Amino acid sequence: MTLVYAGVCSHAPGITGRAEQADPMVRDGFYDAYDQMRKDIVASGAEAIIVIAAEHFANFFMNNMPSFAIGMADFYDGPIEDPAWLGIEKFRAPGDKDLSKRLITEVMETVDVSYAEEWKFDHGIAVPLHFLTPNFDVPIIPVNINCQGPPLTPLHRAWAFGEALGRASQAVDENIAIIGTGGISHWPATPDSGKINEAWDRSFLDQWCRNDKDALLDYTNEQVYADAGQGGFEIRTFISVAAAADGAQGTVHFCEPIPIFAVSCTIASYELASVER
Amino acid sequence: MQKFLFELNRDRALQARYDEDRAAVLAPYDLTTEETRALVEPDIGLLFHLGVNGQILMHFAALHQIEWQDYLARMRDGIEKYGPVREGVYAVTGYEGVGADSQIPPAKADNQ
Repeated sequence: MTLVYAGVCSHAPGITGRAEQADPMVRDGFYDAYDQMRKDIVASGAEAIIVIAAEHFANFFMNNMPSFAIGMADFYDGPIEDPAWLGIEKFRAPGDKDLSKRLITEVMETVDVSYAEEWKFDHGIAVPLHFLTPNFDVPIIPVNINCQGPPLTPLHRAWAFGEALGRASQAVDENIAIIGTGGISHWPATPDSGKINEAWDRSFLDQWCRNDKDALLDYTNEQVYADAGQGGFEIRTFISVAAAADGAQGTVHFCEPIPIFAVSCTIASYELASVER
Repeated sequence: MQKFLFELNRDRALQARYDEDRAAVLAPYDLTTEETRALVEPDIGLLFHLGVNGQILMHFAALHQIEWQDYLARMRDGIEKYGPVREGVYAVTGYEGVGADSQIPPAKADNQ
């Protein structure tokens, strides 16, 4: 029926796996923002959630790496990580194969996308779902953009993909929420983990909130790697959500560096013109 | 090497077989003696140095119940012992940002 919610959030594994090591004041403020995001999604009337994540070799490897992939199954298992390490028990999340098929068919009109009838969730989706659909009562449509194995998906193609997802969301009968998960600046899974370029993060989020296409697509991989680390490549998920939101203006609800979580922990959303609040 | 870890990280049955007999599970893969040793021990620092993608390595370390700070220390020790990461973007870039918890000196820019 329509796109009823568009937002972004962090997905770092430390958010759930190393919760007790974070400053409780900052951490709990972040968790509260996550919970408000959950409430906003419920209030939007979303009947399914598209989660655009930069996955981390849970499903796709360099022997066959798609630039874009969308899940097309009735359920998804996760997390692949050790449950104790991630702080999330094994779960089975609902999907909607028929809805996925309709979305994919529409996206394919303008963007070549791989589909996957098997998909295992890693922290890129499992951590956001832990907060946003803790009861696993909303169908999830998992989406991946290659942010891991160079050559990476170009930013302008991530934008085109987001436009296609937005158009597809308008074409189906269900109310759709779309969420991008990932970065922003971080150096995950390296000895540099814990470094955060907060100024870079806030500048990027300012551009994201203004839905400034030119600015968002002006980053080069070399600049991102130098200033925001290899984790910064995940801005592709944010850029796709910006495109899907079709010019809407956004608000950052929470953005604070939490080094033990390895990122500026972020919750932000767009005020969609098509939705009456 | 990375292909094996990718498959191991997502396959609980393979994890069980790896627990029982690591060398036997690794036998079908085209690995050097050094790579096999790194995977059997496991030597996290050597795997990092050899260029195993950080995300793949992180999940592997989690599988072995390696605590977070210990995992970071093992990667640092690997760089000190074996040298810079051979290839890939999951290297030590020397970025001097805020909130750093790394004791690694800057430079090491040859992996960009």
